Formats: sequence, C-alpha cells, structure tokens
Amino acid sequence: MARYDRAITVFSPDGHLFQVEYALEAVRKGNAAVGVRGTDNVVLGVEKKSAAKLQDSRSVRKIVNLDNHIALACAGLKADARVLINRARVECQSHRLTVEDPCTVEYITRYIAGLQQKYTQSGGVRPFGLSTLIVGFDPYTGSPSLYQTDPSGTFSAWKANATGRNSNSIREFLEKNFKETSGQETVKLAIRALLEVSC
Amino acid sequence: MECVFGLVGNDFAIVVADTSAVHSILVHKSNEDKIMFLDSHKLIAASGEPGDRVQFTEYIQKNVALYQFRNGIPLTTSAAANFTRGELATALRKNPYSVNILLAGYDKETGPSLYYIDYLATLHKLEKGAFGYGSYFSLSMMDRHYHSGMSVEEAIDLVDKCINEIRSRLVVAPPNFIIKIVDKDGAREYAWRQSVADTPAPSA
Repeated sequence: MARYDRAITVFSPDGHLFQVEYALEAVRKGNAAVGVRGTDNVVLGVEKKSAAKLQDSRSVRKIVNLDNHIALACAGLKADARVLINRARVECQSHRLTVEDPCTVEYITRYIAGLQQKYTQSGGVRPFGLSTLIVGFDPYTGSPSLYQTDPSGTFSAWKANATGRNSNSIREFLEKNFKETSGQETVKLAIRALLEVSC
Repeated sequence: MECVFGLVGNDFAIVVADTSAVHSILVHKSNEDKIMFLDSHKLIAASGEPGDRVQFTEYIQKNVALYQFRNGIPLTTSAAANFTRGELATALRKNPYSVNILLAGYDKETGPSLYYIDYLATLHKLEKGAFGYGSYFSLSMMDRHYHSGMSVEEAIDLVDKCINEIRSRLVVAPPNFIIKIVDKDGAREYAWRQSVADTPAPSA
C-alpha cells in the first residue's frame, strides 16, 4: 500500500487516493468545529483549546470573514487554512468587481472546493489538510446556508455538521437533537453539541 | 469640462463633482454619480476618461475591501491614497489610466483629510483642491473664501459660491452637481444642485 501514496496522481489498485485520505486524518486531529443552520441565522462554533500561557490568544483567529456576508471555520492544518482563506477572500472581491454583485455562499464554497480538488490532481503538490465549514446568507434570497468542504474537494450543504476532532460523536448528537431553531436556540444547540465532546 | 473640487472643514471633508456624462457633443445623462464610496469613511471623486474612471476606482475599492478582510482593520486615508497613487504610477508607463482623483476620508486618529491624485500619479495632501476647467473658478473662489476649521454651513456656502461661479463663467458648464460629505459618522451623499432635471419619458 505504501507504494501508492508517493505521487498523489496515482490511484491505488483498489481505487484509493491515499494522500487525500491521509489529509482527512490530519483533519480528524484538528480542533472541532461545528455549524448549525437556523431559520433566520446560522451559527459557527469552534473548540478553543487552552492556549499556552504566554500566547496572546486574541491573535489566534479560528472563525474568519470571507466577505461581509460569509464566514468560515475550519479544522486541520491552520497554515493551509491561511492560504485557502486568502484565495477565497480575493475571489469574493474579484466576483464583486467583475459582476458588480456579492457572490452566493454556494459560489465561494464551489470555488474553495475546486481549489482543494486541484491539489489532488497536480504533480508535486499535496492536498490541503483541512475541511471547512462555510456559512452565510444568500444576498438575493436572504436565506441562511451552511456548507462543508473537505480535502478531496467535495462539498455539500448541511442543516448541521461538525468537522475535526470527535466530529462523528458531535454529528450523532446533532442528528438526534436537531430541530428547526432560530435566534439564541440555534446558538444553544451549537454550544451543547461542542460541550458533548469537550471536557 | 468635468468639474471636481473638494475641501477640508472642521471635522469633515466635502467633495463636489459635476454629474454630466458626455461623449463628444452628446450629453448621455446629467445624473452620473462620479463620487464613489471607497469604504464607510472614504470618498473618491474621479474625473477623466469614463471607462478608466469606473474601472480604476472600482478596482481600488475592491482592493481596499480585500485589505480590510485580510487584516481586520480598514486602511487609513493616507494609506489608501498612497496605494491609489502607486497603482497609477505602475500603470503610467505601460497602459496609463486617464483619471484624476480627489480622495477624501475621515480617520478617527487624525480627522478629515483630502488627497489630490492626478493622472500622472502626482500625490498631494491638501486642504482644498480641484480638477478640470472648473478648477480655474473653484480654486480662485476657495482661495478667496476658504479658511481652516469651517463649519458645514460655511463650507456648503463656499461650495455653492464655486458652483455658481462655474455655472456663470464656464462656457460649457455642467448643469448639475452632487455634493458628498465624510465625517466621523461616515461618508454619505449631502445634496444635489440641479439646474436641469432629466425629463421622465411620457407614459403611453
């Protein structure tokens, strides 16, 4: 098996792209992030690991703005996240410049996922080691959206999802306890989901 | 025949631009807004080649927004002015933009400021500035009546004096003007000065 993960353009005999799967492993080791969509809002929560005593925790930004109406949280390699976030921010402004309108949440998700996929089909590069949760409001319909992307470049919309450490347990909790909420109720659901797995 | 001028007051800055869009001898429209909101506390009044004007100012606007998302903090007026000048300078000896710009902004720490940036990438920080044939008249009026620390009423009074001078003395004077102001509460439209309104199309 080890012979098939050196150059990621190569499939293994049983149809795996090992580098992508190893990237997913890196995501599984990252800090938990949860997203919940309500009827009139969408909530992002991230696990904030206790920082080193001398570290200025305010300089560690885990939830970032891509545009006025779109935010992103991720789990995995934070250095890779910086690169992806920067490209996404430029794309948001580029979209506004060329079509004079803000982009939809789906558009920027498709862009980020497309970027992640490109790095699974090029020579000499490795995939981005992160999964993202992208939230925002559609500028035309005003409805809230939650999307997730992963290192393979797939993306889909979710009512609620989690990624990173213990994401399976959090997702199970959300599946059991999800209902249509709004306002503070959505926030509470997100917090309770995170509390399920943090000590 | 485009007229753009501006001045700095007590704790605000005002920019004025004519609103005629002209091609050769034809006036396309007389309510063209040539003062763009660069961000919440900056105004960019531009005159020159219509295509370049819009393309260049929108490009600057999007880059200023990108900076804010990347760094979590908006650019100062001085930084935005220097960035704009830099872009003009870089393009100057390859494919120059024919745009003249008055950039007005308000920073919490330093108050209001006005920057004069011409199409050759000259940059000056000024208390009052103007572009175009109208500048001969507006600069003279401002030289006579301007003093630092003017109130909004005094400044608007001076703006009206300049507009009236342009209207009466410039041979192809633009009929309408738009006035925008920027202060601690942000940038916003202040008023129009119209002597010719676009006549609406008659309903069937």
